[in-house]
Amino acid sequence: MDPTIILQAGVASGTVLLFATIGEIFAERAGVLNLGVEGMMLMGAMTAFSVALLTGNAWLGVLAAMLVAGLLSQLHALITIHLQADQVVSGLALTFVGTGLSLVFGEGLSKAGGGALIEPFSIPLLASIPVVGPIFFANQSPLVYLGYLLAPAAWYYVYHTRPGMNLRAVGEYPAAADSMGVNIYRLRYLYVFVGGVLAGLAGATISLAVSPGWFSELTTSGQGWIAVGLVIFAQWNPLRAMFGAYAFGALRRLILDIQGPTVLFGARNPFFYNPYLGFFLQMLPYAFTIIILVLGSREAVRNRLGAPAALGLPYVRGERGR
Amino acid sequence: MSAEVPVSPRRGLPFGVRAVPREVVPAWLPPLVSIGAIVLALAIGAIVLALVGGDPLAAYGQIARSSFGSIDVFSDTLIKAIPLMIVGLACSVAFRMRLWNIGAEGQFFMGAWGASAVVLIPLVAEDTSRWLVIPLMLLAGMAAGALWGFIPGVLKARFNVNEIISTLMLNYIAIAWNDFFIFGVWSEGGFQMSKTFPKNAWLPRLTDYADYVDWFSGLTTHMGLLFALVAVVVVWLILYHSRWGYEIRLIGDNPRAAQYAGVPIARHTVLVLMLSGALAGLAGMSEISGVVHRLQGQISPGYGFTGIIVAWLAKLNPFVIVIVSILFGALILAGREIQPSGIPKMIQGIILVCLIASDFLLRYRVRLQRVERLNA
Repeated sequence: MDPTIILQAGVASGTVLLFATIGEIFAERAGVLNLGVEGMMLMGAMTAFSVALLTGNAWLGVLAAMLVAGLLSQLHALITIHLQADQVVSGLALTFVGTGLSLVFGEGLSKAGGGALIEPFSIPLLASIPVVGPIFFANQSPLVYLGYLLAPAAWYYVYHTRPGMNLRAVGEYPAAADSMGVNIYRLRYLYVFVGGVLAGLAGATISLAVSPGWFSELTTSGQGWIAVGLVIFAQWNPLRAMFGAYAFGALRRLILDIQGPTVLFGARNPFFYNPYLGFFLQMLPYAFTIIILVLGSREAVRNRLGAPAALGLPYVRGERGR
Repeated sequence: MSAEVPVSPRRGLPFGVRAVPREVVPAWLPPLVSIGAIVLALAIGAIVLALVGGDPLAAYGQIARSSFGSIDVFSDTLIKAIPLMIVGLACSVAFRMRLWNIGAEGQFFMGAWGASAVVLIPLVAEDTSRWLVIPLMLLAGMAAGALWGFIPGVLKARFNVNEIISTLMLNYIAIAWNDFFIFGVWSEGGFQMSKTFPKNAWLPRLTDYADYVDWFSGLTTHMGLLFALVAVVVVWLILYHSRWGYEIRLIGDNPRAAQYAGVPIARHTVLVLMLSGALAGLAGMSEISGVVHRLQGQISPGYGFTGIIVAWLAKLNPFVIVIVSILFGALILAGREIQPSGIPKMIQGIILVCLIASDFLLRYRVRLQRVERLNA
């Protein structure tokens, strides 16, 4: 129950949620809801682990995971953008397909151990800063450090660059963006692809860094869905996503650690003496996701913020614009 | 839906694709397109099977034989189809109002838990008549499922919480809740399951009546089939022959019109999710009382999720759900013997993808045209 360790591990496992959430923010900012995150993450985790095992190079595994999940996302893009199918059902279908494919291709992979992994390292100087150093900069995976760069970069891109402005326009008012010469279809495919690539990266982060290995569906255990929830909590803002993802990561670690000590806050630790109570702790991340959605939606009403206006709607050129 | 889809011709090809919106959809087209989508999905599944070194023809042959090959295996197929029918109905009711209840799996587990509680707490004496125990289990299971639909319903109606996420999160919570009882409270001798229910908590099976009808002997199809068929008729009556059902469909088709017409959308949101949850709970009760006869972790190979596909494939039509459920029941039954174990899930996913993609053909006529005419 060392707070530094909980936060350090929280940042590590929160990085998984961070990548997936930022990816989904990009897709949703472009107006495409992709509920296939869980499936793309599973494909990414499986691909990363098996490629690293075959080639002995963990970074090749990461690249392959990003590519495969990105390609998978294009199935959703095709079905929802050109074929104009319902984004909710298509996203669910993508999760089924991703889960099924990863189980089929990952058969036997859970027994294969000892592939290449991405090794953590400490950043000199930064790691010796008191309090912050040990949490953020000591013995973390390079992917975690990548997360520190990605979130601010994504935020800057979305809010302070011209392509970012086009991205938001496509999700808010595609007809207007179209009349300004923005290629709605191309951008939507592109950002769904970005979402897939980042979901693949999230999967690779699990299987090669945070909790190495392939444990079929338990590899992600619903984190893809939590990421979809975090997008709403984050109000489609990458920096808020960073905060939410790390908080969730810390919660996951806290749940494990709280069952360890015999004494908790000066009293008998019920979770140590009755391990079955641990099942209630396991509910917490899911319960918290619901709670932050309640808080998030109230705040959204207060701030007159909300989802991109065209989220979930197919864009048909020439039809009455939305 | 009136404008053309701007599908540009590929550079260098003499032909381009042009999609023209359909004014009318001929009656024969939807079933044809659905069947075509399934055939295409099975073909894609076969390619994937071949890629991982399997023999697709043998695998499909085995699926057909081990699910429709004889009256005995068909009875087993029906057993797998029962929960799918009820869960499919549960999903279709919610989907009809465009409420995305993805939580049928959790509601199924809660239904199983509620039904088990009647026997395991126990709420009834050991020697109570079967004809009292079973209705009690039915009510308890449906109530627990309805509670699991009530929560996302209220969250949606009052706080505008996205029901896709909340129902999904409640799945994980329901499974942890069940595990707490399976591992701890009701664990039998340290195993991760409860004791076997007494016979008065078992749903009657065909084989129980072998004394009266010879060929029933060995057939374990249970009374849950009756529950499912009654539920089909009830849901059909509600959706198409009641004011409530009319309002549900109105909200689903045109929420704004429903609002102007004064339909209480918030109240219907809660009630429909409760009905949906109660049905999924009924499926859990029927499975626990008709097949498993004890509470344990492995009671569902994803019925709650397959139910989503069943509902969609049946185009939310209660009667078609029965037929589609039998086909998917066969897939689940045979899938247990097929390696790798992810095959049934993968095929289900591919079927759903092909199905929603094929809907395009119902809305548009797709034509190949020469480029110069396309540009004209």
